[in-house]
Amino acid sequence: MKFSDFVSVEAIRPSVVANSKEGVIREMTQSLVDAEKIAVSEMDSIVKAIMKREDLGSTGIGRGVAVPHTKHPSVSRLVGTVAISEQGVDFESLDGEPVQLFFLLVSPPDRPGDHLRALENISRQLRDDAFCKTLKQAGGPQEVWRLLEDADAQSIAS
Amino acid sequence: MAIDQNQNSMHETHSREVVVANEQGLHARPADLVAREAQRWESRIEFVGKAQRVDGKSILDLLTLAAEEGTHLVVEATGPDASEALDAIGSLFEQRFSPNEENTRKHKNKTKQEKKISSDSAGINTAAREGATGRNTNS
Repeated sequence: MKFSDFVSVEAIRPSVVANSKEGVIREMTQSLVDAEKIAVSEMDSIVKAIMKREDLGSTGIGRGVAVPHTKHPSVSRLVGTVAISEQGVDFESLDGEPVQLFFLLVSPPDRPGDHLRALENISRQLRDDAFCKTLKQAGGPQEVWRLLEDADAQSIAS
Repeated sequence: MAIDQNQNSMHETHSREVVVANEQGLHARPADLVAREAQRWESRIEFVGKAQRVDGKSILDLLTLAAEEGTHLVVEATGPDASEALDAIGSLFEQRFSPNEENTRKHKNKTKQEKKISSDSAGINTAAREGATGRNTNS
């Protein structure tokens, strides 16, 4: 599953304001509401569900990357967004490093395969240090989007 | 990396098959568990999927397998503690990555069983007898 299959360009936040775990999750969920990908009435329930998942173990998977996510019955297809924090946020990551790159996913409960394929794509791309570095430095939503599209094109080619 | 391989090349590679048996597949939390377990061992540990071979000690690598429920994977371990490492990793898969959930399920079954016993006649008799004994002691 390519980035363009689940990332909403309108919801990309290249410089998050929040400096806490819950703050970033809330800001990203709000961006999905603003992009009309999730209903405003579901926002609190989604934030709560994502935080509950974080309680089971941080989704900060190392290398300054976190993939906060949840299943939620209010979405009929996988929706996601990307955010970047310039200074980094303490996410209780597995390697203890602050997180700069966030990929937030909300998936329908009955589609575990889609969730796995989104994670597959994210992790495959993030193994590439150059990709991580340029993404962290991206100036605006359009630049982030272009980098994601480039990554998509490369993964088709390879 | 090359040094690692040389050190471990004195050792035979052990391998075993594992099956992803949980409904959600090898998602972030199981991948984290598996990578942490693999990191505890000195041996090089690799997972072989349909089209790729990945480092079992890396959560990112494991996630690129996108292994859904029912996926068969081969785990290969090379090093002094290869056999123990495979046992430990194998049992994580057998427990569907959640020893705690397993316990909860067992606990639920037990509760169900207890209920069943108390609702059949033997149970009621026992309870009645216990009640009677209780009263006798009190009086």
